[in-house]
Amino acid sequence: MSAAKKRRVSFFAAIVLVGLFAASAKAQVTPERLLNAQKEPQNWLMYSGNYSGLRYSTLEQVNAATAASLVSTLAYQTMSGGKFEATPLVVDGVLYATGPDDRAFALDARSGRPIWLYQRALPPDVRPCCGRVNRGVAILGDKAFLGTLDAHVIALDAKTGAVVWDTTAADYSKGYSFTVAPLVIRNLVLVGVSGGEYGIRGFIDAYDAATGERKWRFNTIPGPGEPGHETWAGDSWKIGGAPAWITGTFDPATNTTFWTTGNPSPSNRGEGREGDNLYSDSLVALDPDTGKLKWHFQFTQHDEHDYDATQVPVMIDDGGKHWIAQANRNGFFYLIDRANGKLLAATQYAKVSWSKSKDATGRPVGAKEGEPTPEGNPVCPGAIGATNWMSPSYDPQTKLFYVTAREQCDIFSTAPQPYDPGHAFYGSAYFPNDATQPFWGALRALDPATGKLVWEWKHVSPAWSGVLSTAGGIVFTGDAEGNFIALDAKNGKALWHFQCGASVIASPMTYSVDGKQYVVVPAGSTLFAFGLP
Amino acid sequence: MREVEVAAAMKNLFTTFLKATPRLLVCALSVVCVNFAWAQGKNPYAGDANVAKLGEMQFRVNCAFCHGLGARGGGRGPDLTRAQKRHGNSDEEIFHNIHDGIPGTAMPPGTNGGIGVGMTDEEIWQVVTYIRSVEKKADAKSLGDVERGKKLFYGSAACGTCHMVNGKGGRLGPELTTVATSRSQEHFVESLRNPSKRLAQGLSEAMKDFAQEYETANVTTADGAKYQGVVLNEDAFTVQVLDTRESLHLWEKSSLKSYEKTRQSLMPTYDEKVLPEKDIQDLLAFLVSASGGAK
Repeated sequence: MSAAKKRRVSFFAAIVLVGLFAASAKAQVTPERLLNAQKEPQNWLMYSGNYSGLRYSTLEQVNAATAASLVSTLAYQTMSGGKFEATPLVVDGVLYATGPDDRAFALDARSGRPIWLYQRALPPDVRPCCGRVNRGVAILGDKAFLGTLDAHVIALDAKTGAVVWDTTAADYSKGYSFTVAPLVIRNLVLVGVSGGEYGIRGFIDAYDAATGERKWRFNTIPGPGEPGHETWAGDSWKIGGAPAWITGTFDPATNTTFWTTGNPSPSNRGEGREGDNLYSDSLVALDPDTGKLKWHFQFTQHDEHDYDATQVPVMIDDGGKHWIAQANRNGFFYLIDRANGKLLAATQYAKVSWSKSKDATGRPVGAKEGEPTPEGNPVCPGAIGATNWMSPSYDPQTKLFYVTAREQCDIFSTAPQPYDPGHAFYGSAYFPNDATQPFWGALRALDPATGKLVWEWKHVSPAWSGVLSTAGGIVFTGDAEGNFIALDAKNGKALWHFQCGASVIASPMTYSVDGKQYVVVPAGSTLFAFGLP
Repeated sequence: MREVEVAAAMKNLFTTFLKATPRLLVCALSVVCVNFAWAQGKNPYAGDANVAKLGEMQFRVNCAFCHGLGARGGGRGPDLTRAQKRHGNSDEEIFHNIHDGIPGTAMPPGTNGGIGVGMTDEEIWQVVTYIRSVEKKADAKSLGDVERGKKLFYGSAACGTCHMVNGKGGRLGPELTTVATSRSQEHFVESLRNPSKRLAQGLSEAMKDFAQEYETANVTTADGAKYQGVVLNEDAFTVQVLDTRESLHLWEKSSLKSYEKTRQSLMPTYDEKVLPEKDIQDLLAFLVSASGGAK
């Protein structure tokens, strides 16, 4: 090699080195960072904070001693109507979130000043069930991933909000849509579909993060010849619902991703879909590389009460025990062996009238009660459930599982209804059972090992807020009256609250920038952050 | 996945306007306006029993949560079988109310995920057709004596002590000017005979599932003063109470010695002896007249 060549080589090496340094300074989100998300509590790198779904942070600047001094530090107004359900992500001082109508934005996480805004141009005939909501983005490398109401999965440039790729996943005109915050595992972007009220056939998809190419699809309703197909009468499997609209979790130790599924369609009328209706209202354990099913557990067999299981499947590790915990919409708290999906315990955590207890396989002991009738049958919990999609939290310090419980019962009535693609397909109606007034709610702290209630914080009316727990010994939650509240994680005593002026319909999260901890929650159409003065 | 399907009335009206405008323009410019009957306020399915049946299905899915099975009214939404409707009687007005919601009420837009799963224009017309099919043809106008009802209301029955009609009366109970166009007669009678059975709805807040009800509060303040009144609203930390002397109190719950809430209404029970059936008919006639509903 000549001297000139040598110089050139070393010059290039220097450029490469500078390049590497610059890249690490920009701190792209790598798969390794996602795997070790708990080691960088200043960031919030995915929907539930980390892969285990605990929605627990080791930040402790805001703690039981300091919480009373919390003040509002920013209020970012999305100026869009509708429910604001997203959990923001924070990466190295930049906050990424979504509002209703598939609007995504990046903010300076300290000031709330916007960096970019992306607004999806949605077709005018998109009519998603239950609001034009979105629960947030996932992030990998320099891209943020968004599932849209018109059933596309798109990648945005995390620096500019520009669309990098756009993949059509399904036909929105048939009732398919995305509201879920995607989950990134290695180089794949996982999403589950919404549309359980339209007679869709549910699925969980994985897309190549670099190209948007679909790598696999797990149909939540088995097709002909597949195990579980026999749990659907006739052709009902084709329109059987079983969406998957809440972000799953991931266990790197066994290379398993856990997702939960929603109601069978039509949601409140079982006639025509006789059988257990697998894998509706279920927990499914999938191989994230192939989408192959490892095992499943069904919470509600042949559901007629809209008891979606779409709550984050929380991975609890306690000593040598490895569990999935879920407080289900059907009113039971389930503890499941993470290795094989076997039921360990099912206990009531709210008022339940449809089943007194569960046998070893999770089926009701004795007859299931309260099937919908033409004139209506009162059942607890109501169709919204004893809880809903809002995230629970598990605090490894207190070893308590915190969940928003709703005490409200409905009258369920049937209404025979033909399937019409893209049109509502409930097969019934439900309405509040006034005989069980007053309707109320609570944040309940459960001992997951026993399912027993340790303490509760009463809500004036049923709430839609999720829960965040922190190493500061605090549980954060919100209520339908607009309060955002800090509770002592040990006993549920209120330490601080702030009136946001509109219902909290989202799950809180926390991060820190420049050594200052922020706690964030959406309420109304505004994103609020709080910190110590 | 049904989540909040009530009181989600924060639909962006501007979007609705944008969506509606081209349609109106197209209709104005086009000779063939069959598909845009809305602009003309004409129900393309009027009187079609089969369409009414489809509409009943849509109604159950999207409307019954508040308006009850058979459109007879629930605790939340008005009885829609009444011929006289508070927010308009024409097909066009009913369509508009479903399509866009009614500002200032818990009625959300029936489209685009505002409530239920959202309805197309076609489905909204089906619902209008259904409502027409279950509508009662006459209101209570001929049954009672308006003048006698008014005397009872402000006199011996003492309704006016707590209830206001067209600006006259008390403030402790619900304002009743429009009650005759929103509640069924059965509901009205029940409220008199058994007032605690179904408490009236008070303040409704956007995105909150259930409106405040006329619950009774019994309060002892830190200095020992006792108050009784109705709860105008409350949250986990504060309560807003109108006491029986119509004084408004805004309390931090933590500052009170005691705060108890009951579902025993402050409204007295009017049984047959106190208020015979004839008197009820007269009161109803007065309320129908006061609501502007007697036509």
